[in-house]
Amino acid sequence: MKPGHGELLIAEGDIDVADDEERLVEVFRRQLDEGLWAAVPLKAPRGRRDAVMVRSFEEIPRDAERVIFFPRAAGGR
Amino acid sequence: MLLALAATAIVALALLSDLVVPRMEERWRRLRARRKKVPELFYDPGRERRAEQRARALLRSCVSEEEWAMYRDLGFIRVWGTQADGPGDRGGTGGAPYAYLIYPHRPIVAYLAQTHRLLGEYCVEFPDETRPYGSARLPDSDDALAKWMALTADERRLITTANMHLPGRQLDPDQVKRDLWRLSQWERRRMRGAGEGAAGPRPRSAR
Repeated sequence: MKPGHGELLIAEGDIDVADDEERLVEVFRRQLDEGLWAAVPLKAPRGRRDAVMVRSFEEIPRDAERVIFFPRAAGGR
Repeated sequence: MLLALAATAIVALALLSDLVVPRMEERWRRLRARRKKVPELFYDPGRERRAEQRARALLRSCVSEEEWAMYRDLGFIRVWGTQADGPGDRGGTGGAPYAYLIYPHRPIVAYLAQTHRLLGEYCVEFPDETRPYGSARLPDSDDALAKWMALTADERRLITTANMHLPGRQLDPDQVKRDLWRLSQWERRRMRGAGEGAAGPRPRSAR
């Protein structure tokens, strides 16, 4: 998510392909190093939806379709 | 005589230069500043609108069908609270169910589900200080989605990050209560619609 733009595709790939996975890990780390939060939207039973915050690449569910990066939350006014 | 005039002229010029040169430098600097190409940091309504369209599509793809319809129709999303004793450290709900209303770029409001008593306002922002497109502010629907993800993933973390205020600091409590009333009406209509849909189309009366 980017101000003034909305959704931006940063990278995509198949985690079962070694090169792709390596690239995805690198992109993931870079985003977190830049201070962003990462979340994975999930489909719960009975049409419910929720999300899980991930702090490392290993925490991403293997069947996740996408990871969304967004600016870190801060106390507002 | 000529030499004396020339010397006087030189002295006069030297004295005047103290006054003139700074003004000329200032004018030159302003002229250069005006001509200098400034990166596109101005507000572009078209760009913001496109960003919001993308953000709405992303939000729709993440939240449930009901939450999307709620946001589309009412302008906010309700998320149920999961803490046993309510949000934050203030008071507690005694185990009563509570929920949050997520408004874009406005505080998150916590309330008791049964009585609609407002518990507090949680002010939270997601600023992007890199200002990639001239603004640090996410599109409305991205802001709502960021709150939704942070709240559903780690309610306690978001609530402790937020600045908590008593109800009414930013959002008019009467307006929030009207929104809760609108929400209950909206849910009633949806349930009625779902019931009619489940019953199938009404048979036409034979004449």
